[in-house]
Amino acid sequence: MMKSYTQPDIRGHFGKYGGKYVPETLMFALQELEDAYTGAKNDETFQNEYHTLLADFAGRPTPLYFASRLTEKYNRAKIFLKREDLCHTGAHKINNVIGQMLLAKKIGKKRIIAETGAGQHGVATATVAAKVGLDCIVYMGREDTRRQEPNVNRMKLLGADIIPVDSGTQTLKDATNEAIRDWVTNVRDTFYVIGSVVGPHPYPMMVRDFQSVIGRETREQLSQRQISSPDYLVACVGGGSNSIGLFYPFIENDSVTMIGVEAAGYGITTQQHAATLTLGTPGVLHGNLSYLLQDANGQVMPAHSISAGLDYPGVGPEHSYLKDTGRVRYESVTDAESLDAVRELSQLEGIIPALETAHALAYLRTLLPDTTAGETVVVNLSGRGEKDLGTIFKELHYT
Amino acid sequence: MNNRIHKILNTCRKTNRKALSIFITAGFPGIDATPSIVKTLEKAGADIIELGIPFSDPLADGPTIQHSSDSAIKNGVTITTVFDIVAKIRRDSDIPIVLMGYVNPVMAYGMEKFMKTAATKGVDGLIVPDIPVEESGEYREFALHNNLAPIFLAAPTSSDERLKQIDAASEGFVYCVSLTGVTGKTNGLSDNVSGYLKRCKKCITHNPILVGFGISSGKDAHDLAPHADGIIVGSALIKRIQNQRNGDYYPEINAFVRDLREGLDNN
Ligand SMILES: Cc1ncc(COP(=O)(O)O)c(C=O)c1O
Repeated sequence: MMKSYTQPDIRGHFGKYGGKYVPETLMFALQELEDAYTGAKNDETFQNEYHTLLADFAGRPTPLYFASRLTEKYNRAKIFLKREDLCHTGAHKINNVIGQMLLAKKIGKKRIIAETGAGQHGVATATVAAKVGLDCIVYMGREDTRRQEPNVNRMKLLGADIIPVDSGTQTLKDATNEAIRDWVTNVRDTFYVIGSVVGPHPYPMMVRDFQSVIGRETREQLSQRQISSPDYLVACVGGGSNSIGLFYPFIENDSVTMIGVEAAGYGITTQQHAATLTLGTPGVLHGNLSYLLQDANGQVMPAHSISAGLDYPGVGPEHSYLKDTGRVRYESVTDAESLDAVRELSQLEGIIPALETAHALAYLRTLLPDTTAGETVVVNLSGRGEKDLGTIFKELHYT
Repeated sequence: MNNRIHKILNTCRKTNRKALSIFITAGFPGIDATPSIVKTLEKAGADIIELGIPFSDPLADGPTIQHSSDSAIKNGVTITTVFDIVAKIRRDSDIPIVLMGYVNPVMAYGMEKFMKTAATKGVDGLIVPDIPVEESGEYREFALHNNLAPIFLAAPTSSDERLKQIDAASEGFVYCVSLTGVTGKTNGLSDNVSGYLKRCKKCITHNPILVGFGISSGKDAHDLAPHADGIIVGSALIKRIQNQRNGDYYPEINAFVRDLREGLDNN
């Protein structure tokens, strides 16, 4: 059964979610960006440059890998991994950054700012900024600069300025606040490269479109293996960009079950988690209406996850819509389960996944027993785990 | 619409007085302090009071208001507390009161219930910096329905056309943000502020314009007075309270507001 999916509407609303809840100062920049993005869709030069960079610089297409030993372990559905970890810089983030950076150039902005949690978006932004020759400033929570230090060093080497953020929980939410304050101040010459399907319209739509290359390639790579359609798609959800990138091209195909996996931190019965869709309520943070971890008075609650990239109390507005409509199922996985999954994939398949990605992998233990041998599961392997070795060694007590 | 804001700004216009609106975070430095601070501000020459509803993530604010907002939250301030403070002020003052806060706490309280209660307690207007005209449908409707003035912000980056839309959507006054940036800048006004305010005056014809952000001295007030119907001061006052750690900040804020008043009047 196919039905057509047309979100968002012209004003950037996914059902009741999304929109542009930002200070007036930014409204012209959002319009400028929307116009540039709409123009770029039919601009052959832009499209050529974009696709060339995806291929020659980012290394696309990424492989769709059949995980034979992981499949054997469960002895049910076939498990495939979409290898975004093999992208240049080590995660899916660069797919989006290349698109936004070319738009920044097209609009004529001289200065690039970004927020980062795990540092993967920061590294991707610093990388592409270096490649096109633009100044780059990255905001990063102080706590994240500690737990993702290898990425801080990479960004420095790439010539970016890193500004550690000491407010709040010193994580992604606070880095985003500071990036928005910088943007409000320097909006005339500054382009804000947002790292996930969050922020005000047109970002959630635009980032989704740039990341959809993941799902489009997956569909083609499956069909090369005579698999007309996957049965399950699984991806981790921080802001929600790698998941929507995999899901979106399949969204009208009802036979595909889609599962987004959030971070349950110490557990969803504790106060320390980042399971926004599972436990949050609708609210406005960082320019859009979406599910949000907040208290009864509308104050945003601190999130917790071992994974810096999932440690965020908000989530992209399209996911809120997909949750309410039931099109996507959202589950959650704890810190401990994700660490186990890191070890498992490393030792069964020779692939060290990022802690973010490990949340999607950990959910396979719940999902696989319910599948059958003829079925296909695709997991988005959103990033690689080198950045997390410090945390992983500490937590798994390696010496 | 006609409420205390319209009345005071009408009087100002007729008497050639420039309006002085002062922002203070509700419940900062303490919940009981706010009504007495407001009294001091009123006596020193403020025409309008803006009470800030604290929010955990005030992304249009600089460090000063982030800090006052954080301490108000730590003091236990919620929207209910803010309404209690308003009711207390209303026992012996008729000064126009505008609530300024981010959209999320208002949504959590319930937009319609918020407007109804605000009106009952004696609030006159609302400023929500993260609701631009595009997202204002329900907010504006409920505000107007309860005789509350929805005050929208204009920015130096707003086109003429947007300024006109902002004017059409606003009641009471239009809040012209003096600079591209967040609150709390204290190193003087931006160079082209008079040109920008001239453009505002040309496009904003239904409402008076009050200019705010980055005004921190009597001299700033004096320099801006010819270009607007009034000014809004926030961070510079809050900083004075923050700097008087263990002391009595009343003389200091009294002197500061008198200085602003003088700057406006000596034109
Ligand atoms: C490898 C990896 N996966 C996933 C995420 C989560 O972001 P999103 O949900 O936008 O894909 C991040 C964010 O930093 C990441 O680095």
